[in-house]
Amino acid sequence: MSRYRAIALLPVMAALSGCNLVVLNPAGDVASQQGDLVVISTLLMLLIIVPVMALTVLFAWRYRQSNNTARYEPDWDHSTQLELVIWAAPLLIIICLGAITWVTTHKLDPYRPLDRIAADKPVPAGAKPLDVQVVALDWKWLFVYPEYGIASVNEMAAPVDRQIRFSLTASTVMNSFYVPALAGMIYTMPGMETKLHAVINEPGTYKGFSSNYSGAGFSHMRFAFLGLSNQDFDGWVSKVKTAGGSLDRNAYLALEKPSEAVPVQHFGTVDPKLFNAVVNMCVRPGTMCMSDMAAIDRAGGLNAGGKAAADAILRANTLAGFPDTQATGLCTVAEAVEAAANEAAVNSGAAVQRPTVTPISASASPAGPQRLANP
Amino acid sequence: MLETLTTFLFGRLSLESFPYHEPIVVATFFAVMLGGIALVAALSYFKLWGYLWKEWFTTVDHKRIGIMYMILGLIMLLRGFADAIMMRAQQAIAFNGSEGYLNSHHFDQVFTAHGVIMIFFVAMPFVTGLMNYVVPLQIGARDVSFPFLNNFSFWMTVGGAVLIMASLFVGEFARTGWLAYPPLSGLEASPDVGVDYYIWALQVAGVGTTLSGINLICTIVKMRAPGMTMMKMPVFTWTSLCTNVLIVASFPILTAVLVLLSLDRYVGTHFFTNDMGGNPMMYVNLIWIWGHPEVYILILPCFGIFSEVTSTFTGKKLFGYTSMVYATVVITILSYLVWLHHFFTMGSGASVNSFFGITTMIISIPTGAKIFNWLFTMYRGRIRFELPMMWTIAFMLTFVIGGMTGVLLAVPPADFVLHNSLFLIAHFHNVIIGGVLFGLFAGIYYWWPKAFGFRLDPFWGKMSFWFWVIGFYFAFMPLYVLGLMGVTRRLRVFEDPSLQIWFQIAAFGAVLIALGIGSFLIQIAVSVLKRKQLVDLTGDPWHGRTLEWATSSPPPDYNFAFTPVIHDNDAWWDMKKRGYARPLEGFRPIHMPSNTGTGIILAGISTALGFALIWHIWWLAAVSFIGLLVVAIGHTFNYNRDFHIPVDEVVRTESERTRLLSGQV
Repeated sequence: MSRYRAIALLPVMAALSGCNLVVLNPAGDVASQQGDLVVISTLLMLLIIVPVMALTVLFAWRYRQSNNTARYEPDWDHSTQLELVIWAAPLLIIICLGAITWVTTHKLDPYRPLDRIAADKPVPAGAKPLDVQVVALDWKWLFVYPEYGIASVNEMAAPVDRQIRFSLTASTVMNSFYVPALAGMIYTMPGMETKLHAVINEPGTYKGFSSNYSGAGFSHMRFAFLGLSNQDFDGWVSKVKTAGGSLDRNAYLALEKPSEAVPVQHFGTVDPKLFNAVVNMCVRPGTMCMSDMAAIDRAGGLNAGGKAAADAILRANTLAGFPDTQATGLCTVAEAVEAAANEAAVNSGAAVQRPTVTPISASASPAGPQRLANP
Repeated sequence: MLETLTTFLFGRLSLESFPYHEPIVVATFFAVMLGGIALVAALSYFKLWGYLWKEWFTTVDHKRIGIMYMILGLIMLLRGFADAIMMRAQQAIAFNGSEGYLNSHHFDQVFTAHGVIMIFFVAMPFVTGLMNYVVPLQIGARDVSFPFLNNFSFWMTVGGAVLIMASLFVGEFARTGWLAYPPLSGLEASPDVGVDYYIWALQVAGVGTTLSGINLICTIVKMRAPGMTMMKMPVFTWTSLCTNVLIVASFPILTAVLVLLSLDRYVGTHFFTNDMGGNPMMYVNLIWIWGHPEVYILILPCFGIFSEVTSTFTGKKLFGYTSMVYATVVITILSYLVWLHHFFTMGSGASVNSFFGITTMIISIPTGAKIFNWLFTMYRGRIRFELPMMWTIAFMLTFVIGGMTGVLLAVPPADFVLHNSLFLIAHFHNVIIGGVLFGLFAGIYYWWPKAFGFRLDPFWGKMSFWFWVIGFYFAFMPLYVLGLMGVTRRLRVFEDPSLQIWFQIAAFGAVLIALGIGSFLIQIAVSVLKRKQLVDLTGDPWHGRTLEWATSSPPPDYNFAFTPVIHDNDAWWDMKKRGYARPLEGFRPIHMPSNTGTGIILAGISTALGFALIWHIWWLAAVSFIGLLVVAIGHTFNYNRDFHIPVDEVVRTESERTRLLSGQV
């Protein structure tokens, strides 16, 4: 019987061996732990699924109407022992799986820096992770390397065995960043920043794409993920550097426009404040950064005293350093401050006195701005 | 001047709104028009309009409304399946540089419409239809609590379906995926009418669903026959109660979140926009707080169907009735505590993700207990493999696979690599087809003889069964494999040629399912033609156990001439065992609700209101809104709401039944 089944399964096995089950057999340590978890959880559940399926077939066959030899007990409908087993068996499996879930969810939390780069290799002491800033655009991927001051479109490279620290956002709609060979996916959302830590362990060219539908050009929103040796990676960086092209705000605004099936592009220099401006949705000249707006609101808005806070934020803010801030309605910090000042002058004829206001940079700290004193 | 006038009259609607440049849509349009004209002509020729209006459209009889829900579900199944097979065809050929035959504008509407239609306008009407038909009969009631509301609810569901169908030929449908996440569904990314069709179709249908939920809760709580305590209710009634509690508690969330989205789109608020303080992820949270209970709204009644079918066809009392009821209630409550598992990859903290992952897994415990209960109902039974039982066995074998992959997806780190992949698609089709749809077929075959007085032809039923079951495995097992190959959902074209064979196998499976649907339609036609041979005069063709089998098939308008008294949870089985004799005299006039056309008129006006809002035809919106108020208030002055079926007629109906029953013996 089992031999026949093996023969029957042969075509399936052959077909499966012919295809690349990258989720179960990836090239990055994080994805490989996630793939192992898929297998372990499945095996754990098969402990109960297989007996249930076998019993279903067995009972269906044994208690068929034409089988008069089987016992028939039309009024048997309760058994405390059996009920205990029925509830306890799935419960035990779920206790095991729940424990595994709790531990692995924390261990493989994408926000958590890695503590190993492979099964038997801890992260070397003092090793600096490779920072990569990712922006999902309509419909292509932008990768910025702040450490090297370069950027590329629809191509990303990383040296093997070095931790990569992704910061991700999107320009207009939600996408999801996914390189199956590297690590699990994470959403990229406009106006928000997500994090992902990963490492690639084998050199090679892997597929990356958006795994969250984002509109007309979604199918072509693919990129190549290059896992390179240290030497090749350095070569790649210098190649991008020499490629010329500068990604400043205007170049970004041009790039941001919707386009499909975009070929690889390289930028030798990048405005270092660009990613922060994308996250805060103030790349376009004259738009107020969300972080500034939040900080002003937190300080009490433009009501009594808010102007002082706004003023402070304006002075301290890193993003306000963009040179081309122009007046377009009540959108800029400068305008907001001016409007508040006018209002205050009309109301009291004097500058409003405020208790201690701590000017801070609203956008720089990942923990979010500290609270401003609020009267 | 002329422009102002046309804008005033037609809003955004113009000649450009009609997709005459899309040959597929044009061909469909002509086919639908020809079919529609033929239907209208036939109805007129046979002078059936008056009959339809008086006996069906305006009916407040829960049985007829139930049947109309089933017809709606079946029609929409054909539309939803047409979308499915178009997707399968596109994905099977769009390789090696081929763009396939659908452009993204069309393809993206197709997958959105497929999801919306299958959930809201196929699964929901089928489930509501069965509950409507069966619940009052199972609890020994004459109708639901609010018969007029029932009619109104049905027509509102039809109104939503009409709006979705209209989007095929007038304008376009949403290109956002079936849950229309902003910012993609926001005004900036989707300025056209597609998302507005989505919003108003669901809002109009949602009114119907919510009211129908309230109606059935009241019916189950207040209208049970004497002696039927809560713990003596049939399991299908229990699962219906839980489902309707879920509906009433969750659909208002959907309504609210769609209202917020409409405010963003119509009046410029910023609930879900990227800037000005909006947060699209709030939408994702809110819609899944409705969306997860929604899947239990669909599956719970089917669990009830399987319970009834298993116990009937094994000739045994249901094993573990009490634990079955508690399992249902536990699932009902837990279904509200798991919504975040639909977006672990949003970047919530590990503790939040673990919490929602583990609560999700906990749901599998009561669900597992249910499977065991069906299993031990079969144990030491005498199983008759009629069609409903075949679907039940197919369900038990298929659903456990879907359940397993579901628990797997509830492990957050595993979800990180499988979320949004074709593995996920395979999983939810595995539970929705393998659970809900198989359950609906079991229910349709089980209760059809009750509704029409004859069984469905078994040969074509078996054809349909095998095509469906085998087709399902061919269509969705390859998607599990593709998911493990890292292929994501909603892709229109592919680069990797090694994937193609799997998509071709899946397309082959879809063809088998098409044959299954075809066989089902043939089966209905053949059964109607052979109804004399397949007739059942007893009203109890399966040796049933619950009250619906105590009355004739089809039941009289009043269901039961005398309200039965219940002593056991298998009430009819108990009555038969104790030698129940049908009362033959002492009949009295029966108080019944009158038919009314208000429901269909209100729903028609609501549909017009929806259409006006979609196309920004403000005068029509204003007129329809006032019309709604006027008709609704006018209806409160309609005092012609009830009548009595005279004794003579009751006696006549019951003597006819006596004659038929004695002819049987």
